[in-house]
Amino acid sequence: MMAEKKQIDARGSFCPGPLMELIAGMKSANVGDELEVLSTDKGSAADIPEWIKKVGHELLATTEENGVWHITVRKVK
Amino acid sequence: MKIVIVGGGMGGTILANNLARRLHHELKIGKVRITMLSASEKHMYQPGLLYVAVGSMMPDELYRDQASLLEPGIGFHVDPVENFILDKRQVKTKSGAVHDYDVLVIATGSRPVMQGIPGLAENAETFYTEESAVKMLKRLREFQGGRVVITVGVPHKCPMAPLEITFMLHDFFKERGMRDKVQLHYTYPIGRVHSLENVAKWAAPEFDRLGITYETLFNMKEVDGKNKVLKSEEGGSTKFDLLVAIPAHKGMEVVEKNGLGQNGWIPTNRTRLNMEGQENVFVLGDTTNLPISKAGSTAHFEAETLGENIAAMVKVGSAVRDYDGKVFCFIEAGKDRATYAMFNYTTPPDPKAPTRAVHWFKVAYNKLYWASARGLL
Repeated sequence: MMAEKKQIDARGSFCPGPLMELIAGMKSANVGDELEVLSTDKGSAADIPEWIKKVGHELLATTEENGVWHITVRKVK
Repeated sequence: MKIVIVGGGMGGTILANNLARRLHHELKIGKVRITMLSASEKHMYQPGLLYVAVGSMMPDELYRDQASLLEPGIGFHVDPVENFILDKRQVKTKSGAVHDYDVLVIATGSRPVMQGIPGLAENAETFYTEESAVKMLKRLREFQGGRVVITVGVPHKCPMAPLEITFMLHDFFKERGMRDKVQLHYTYPIGRVHSLENVAKWAAPEFDRLGITYETLFNMKEVDGKNKVLKSEEGGSTKFDLLVAIPAHKGMEVVEKNGLGQNGWIPTNRTRLNMEGQENVFVLGDTTNLPISKAGSTAHFEAETLGENIAAMVKVGSAVRDYDGKVFCFIEAGKDRATYAMFNYTTPPDPKAPTRAVHWFKVAYNKLYWASARGLL
């Protein structure tokens, strides 16, 4: 199966919040898929990489543009 | 104009009543028709299940006849939709009836899913259905002491429930004079004890004060029922004598079967609340894929916005306002105290210290809900 690129638009999400949205999205993704989270919470730049590292997925990129963080990760297991 | 509302939960009911009031004249002269198609003749107050699990509400308090909640003029049918034929602007129901629509609203809600985690359904108590809440109450009454672990699936319905059940379990065991025999251990999927930062800042010291231990970045992977161990995706594990689960949830099967959205969540415009790519199909409450709390208040505020907009579309041919992401959640904090969190897409919540007044308002709201569903509150 071809790996897919998916976007999770979690802008303006205080609850459940961008990380929880990513965890949910990860459950539906296939190994190899890339997920890009859009977040307006600057905390995402720290807490998403922290979880990705702990659970063992791959962090691909973190960028910020006009107050929106784009955090791209790959599901590896 | 034919308005068809699929689903008779909180969102669908508030919307139907709101529209029936705003379009009273148009209904009377036959310019508008409102039809509700639901899977059940009963309406359940879902937040009450939390109280059933600890014995402070009885299941029969949670139900009303759906027909009794609806304004006159709304055509109500217990006949769930099985096929959405959007290109023909039709839905087909279980009985085989076909309903044409000009405006369709999908508010079918969500369902708890315990099966996604191996061993969870067999080994955990939960309270997201009447049956499970009653079973949990009986188990709590029989529990003689030991380690109680609270665990949280993703995504889950009612973001305050994990904290609330934990505080309520503390009270439950304290009132039974056995708190010293019970170790309460709370686990949570992200790196703090609640999604909302300000709520987490308040709740963590409360846990410390009450002797409740906690562990964050903990996402359920599997339950080893034989050894009574819960394992996490992050490589952690914790032993339990009693496991209480806030289950993950999914949108309804009919949504997935009709290809309207992965996992039963329909891609929805965050301000207009229409289904992406469909100008005349709207989505409410748990059924949306919006990154906001799956809570009754969300459905309520969305329904009010949509009620105004659909009525305005009938009267002047245009929507009048955007949904701003408003959510209001009570937070039961134990010991007859509660607080609340109110927020939207742009403004985070700033919860105040819990008070008895807010708790008693929540207790009152458990009854006032029926006025809310009728569109009166």
